[in-house]
Amino acid sequence: MSKTEITAEAGVPFIDVTREFAAPRDLLFRAYTDPELVAQWLGPRDMKMVIDRYEVKDGGVWRYVHVDPDGNEYGFHGVFHGTPSPDGTVQTFEFEGAPGHVSLGSLSFEEGIGRTIVRVHSVYQSVEARDAVLESGMERGMSEGYERLEELIARLIPVA
Amino acid sequence: MTPNQMDAVFGALSDPTRRAILARLTEGDRTVAELSAPFAMSQPAISRHLKVLEGAGLISRTRRATARLSHLEAEPLREATAWLMGYREYWDESFARLDALLATLLGDPADRPSAARQQEEPS
Repeated sequence: MSKTEITAEAGVPFIDVTREFAAPRDLLFRAYTDPELVAQWLGPRDMKMVIDRYEVKDGGVWRYVHVDPDGNEYGFHGVFHGTPSPDGTVQTFEFEGAPGHVSLGSLSFEEGIGRTIVRVHSVYQSVEARDAVLESGMERGMSEGYERLEELIARLIPVA
Repeated sequence: MTPNQMDAVFGALSDPTRRAILARLTEGDRTVAELSAPFAMSQPAISRHLKVLEGAGLISRTRRATARLSHLEAEPLREATAWLMGYREYWDESFARLDALLATLLGDPADRPSAARQQEEPS
């Protein structure tokens, strides 16, 4: 239970994330769409979350920034397409550190008895762009270049 | 790190020769001649790669007698990749926090109006 499932098949530019929560779907939807609630859970624990805009409507813009303890900022922004609802929410997603690399995310909430399964299907512009996002050591062998980069980083981390 | 700096770092890392150069430099400072030895590439070509790495702040260069030594600067790489490294961790950590938030909201009487809307669902 409560295990995040991340699927990224070779050769297609998709990432699928599935996670079950012990809460009804309306509450999950609120946690995903009320900026005050979003700020309380989204992002790494040690980073400050600053929500700049969060317009949950068709064509609405969202933007937030994660600030790490050294003050480095990691900004993200995008647009909601269609009226967000628990049945389906579609939004674009762009990391400001890699401008122009935009992905399209479809979010849905499937209700069971006392639980809700959240599914996120993300579509990237290319397999390479998808792999770059995934670069986390979990999809080994996906790209030799990234594997080498991973080894390099692993060697550098104990140094600094 | 500004978005521009991050672009420069990712741009520099997008090339396999430059990644290989950085990997060599983890072993210690090297001259251009030493760095070009493993590659089927001229020293001027390697110098161009070094210029890109230097521009991204990933290496610094110093002069020793007649040779220029390249030195790895680890910090920008760490900063730029700290983000990429944690896709799974990012979501695991966010979802764990969401679990806690949902538990709080479900237990909070102030949140009853929202709970009332879900009455059709047997609990």
